[in-house]
Amino acid sequence: MLVFVVRRLVVSFFILLASTALTYFLVAYSGNPLQDLLELRGPQRDAKIAQRTQDLNLDQPVFVRYLLWLQDVARCITPFGGACTLGSDRNGGAVLPQLQTAIGSTLRLVVVATILALLLGVVTGIVTALRQYSVFDYGVTFVAFLCFSLPVFWISTLLKQYVAIDLNTWLNNPVMTVGGIALLSVVVGVLWALIIGGDRRRALTVFGIGTLATGTVVYLLLTTDFFVEPYFGILGIFVFGAGAAVGWTALFAGLHRRGRPVLVSSLVTVVIGTVVAFALQPVLTDPDWLIVFAVGLGLIGLGMAVGWFLGNPARRLAMRVGGVTGLTMTILVVVDQLLRAYPALFAATGGRPIKTTGSATPNLNADFWVVQLDYLMYLILPTFALMLASFALYTRYTRASMLDVMGQDYVRTARAKGLNNRTVIVRHAFRNALIPLATLMAFDFAGIFSGAIVTETVFGWSGMGKLFTTSLTNIDPNPVMAFFLVSATAIVLFNMLADIAYAYLDPRIRLA
Amino acid sequence: MMARDIDPDLESDSERDEERMPAANVPATELEMATMVGVDNELAESGFGPAPIRPVAAKTEFRIIARRFFKHKAARAGLIVMALVILLAFTSIGFGPIPGWWKYNYTDFEPTLTDGGAPTLSIFPPAWGDHPFGQSNEGRDYFALTMRGLQQSLIIAFIVGIVSTIIGTIIGAVSGYYRGSVESILMRFTDVMITIPLLAVAAVISSQIGGSGVIGLAVLLGFVTWTSLARIVRGEFLSLREKEFVDAARSVGASGRRIIFRHILPNTIGVITVSATLAISGAILLETALSFLNFGVKSPDISLGLLLQQYRQAMDVRPYLFWWPGVFIVLISLSVNFIGDGLRDAFDPRQNRAKA
Repeated sequence: MLVFVVRRLVVSFFILLASTALTYFLVAYSGNPLQDLLELRGPQRDAKIAQRTQDLNLDQPVFVRYLLWLQDVARCITPFGGACTLGSDRNGGAVLPQLQTAIGSTLRLVVVATILALLLGVVTGIVTALRQYSVFDYGVTFVAFLCFSLPVFWISTLLKQYVAIDLNTWLNNPVMTVGGIALLSVVVGVLWALIIGGDRRRALTVFGIGTLATGTVVYLLLTTDFFVEPYFGILGIFVFGAGAAVGWTALFAGLHRRGRPVLVSSLVTVVIGTVVAFALQPVLTDPDWLIVFAVGLGLIGLGMAVGWFLGNPARRLAMRVGGVTGLTMTILVVVDQLLRAYPALFAATGGRPIKTTGSATPNLNADFWVVQLDYLMYLILPTFALMLASFALYTRYTRASMLDVMGQDYVRTARAKGLNNRTVIVRHAFRNALIPLATLMAFDFAGIFSGAIVTETVFGWSGMGKLFTTSLTNIDPNPVMAFFLVSATAIVLFNMLADIAYAYLDPRIRLA
Repeated sequence: MMARDIDPDLESDSERDEERMPAANVPATELEMATMVGVDNELAESGFGPAPIRPVAAKTEFRIIARRFFKHKAARAGLIVMALVILLAFTSIGFGPIPGWWKYNYTDFEPTLTDGGAPTLSIFPPAWGDHPFGQSNEGRDYFALTMRGLQQSLIIAFIVGIVSTIIGTIIGAVSGYYRGSVESILMRFTDVMITIPLLAVAAVISSQIGGSGVIGLAVLLGFVTWTSLARIVRGEFLSLREKEFVDAARSVGASGRRIIFRHILPNTIGVITVSATLAISGAILLETALSFLNFGVKSPDISLGLLLQQYRQAMDVRPYLFWWPGVFIVLISLSVNFIGDGLRDAFDPRQNRAKA
């Protein structure tokens, strides 16, 4: 293992060296870096040219410039090697600070999209595998293929034009006609019937319940002005939390008699968690990230502790479910606070809450939650556009891998020894189905650092992609190389991590 | 009923269902005997007496695969759509010196826009009108422009697909067959290529070799997008080179080149075909993305991506200028993806539609 890692690291180092050299030459030869200055007129022209020539060492041959750049990088790696700047851009500014801002902004954009796509994709993939050849399966397959085939910037522009503008107008005056509510409910009801499946009677029942429930919920939300002043409230947190507790227990432990202690402990977690959330209300109205994380960890810890005390004989399972329930409670509390911040943000941004360009409202002097909600509002559209392709990929791969696993002998053995469907799927099949996804995830997470060049351009987001395209257009090698250093290192490292994770998850594979 | 070759296709197909299903515990040889006897009986009953045994042509691999492919409904639909799109693109405005049936060419200008350049295509009543997709800002017929863009994008996609498939196959095959230092050098080279951002390469291409136009861009994109196929082919070769038939070929003195191309490569044709189709759909999206970022096809050449880029600003007032190129991109990419999916199932029935 250690030998493998060391050898891979050495090889990776040389790969990086070769590819940085190649990229440096590509960028340097892609045009004349003095082009814009040569077109200038005026007395300062020559001085500016001389200045840039000195900044970028243009009087040296490209190879020497590459070595100088390597020296700059080496300064960052070795301690006490001097100021770490990663070289200077063509205006003489240091690259490192630009890189840091770009990474920060890119991470905010891409991490959310990647994680959401992963979760949704895996869940959808599993449901389609379990309902193989159903209408839902074919529907999802078609949608996945459509997502593969959509050019990102095309769908982004359409989203901006049609979804954002119309939704913003609707949010200004959130009313729906009875016909509109009925149509929405019927659509949601059909979806539920397709997802849950079963024979005709069951499908009809599901359709009826789904339609009625959706209709009632939408009606209640509209009459209580939820779309103007949204909040869950303490009651909402409790109800959703209890629902989540039952759901998690049903998924991980089952609701039969043996799952009883797990159910009890997770419900107790919800009760205590609700009380804690109520008591912490004054702290939570304007906290900082530290407090939010502390509350989250506290609630997860609380869930695990309750599981420990009440969970016998299924103590470990109860602790796990309790922890997940605690996490759900945290999410509910955070979402509740974010929703409460909505009216303030709505007023502060002139009544167009869903944003189409930029990454944050400038000069927004508001409290913690309003600022976070503002970030989220800018994230909605680009996140959706970014998610499509990776969602499709995860759905297809999870489905394939799940079908593969479900056909294996050990799954049949598990069924034959009388385990129920839930146990077979969750505890036997699902875990192994996730193994092949490790490679896919590695590529996706490595991609996080290179940002989303097209999406950033469409939505006017100044992240890594923007840094890369602007400096590439300007034939400004050092920022391009900074981008490249981060993205290439991420690719190489995550590939190695994927191999290690693969060998760890699947002992049949040996690293050599 | 005719005796048939043993069909490796395990999917329950309609012809197979017609056969009487024998008890499951009858061994395969006995089962075959029974069928043969059945054939004899039928021949005897039909009154032709002891007819000469007609040779039954075994289905070729190609025919089996083609049949499986055409049973895949989505793939069939994809193939039809693709054929229609190609036909439309190349017959409407013609290609090169050959004229097309459409009355305008993409180079024709009309100084005044008819009806503000609005599209005349209508479904009720169905009519093409004078400018079915409207007119561009400079008064060019947008249908002709879109068709020209479609031609260029298709050409780029196919060239990229072909070039990257050839390079990927050769590199994968050579490194998988010879192993050793050849493999390490080629695979490390592949790793280097994977890390290099496509945009940087495209930027250099479009600035340095801008003159060679669409075809130059396509060939060079092919030179950088072969990496995943090379890895896949290498994997296949690593397992196939240990098989007995390779040993046999080697023992009769076949050269390395002959073993690679005549013995092993035909066994990997499935993987390569599927990869090639997916490379084509990837290339369509890559070209549009590059053109959109100004690193791809440059004016006065036209491609679907470039059209989208040019008329993005027109979204507010004349959205149809933005709609049509996008619709064609989605159509091509979607149908190619479905064709690829069908091919995968056809070449590898064992996976039974399980792979993405």
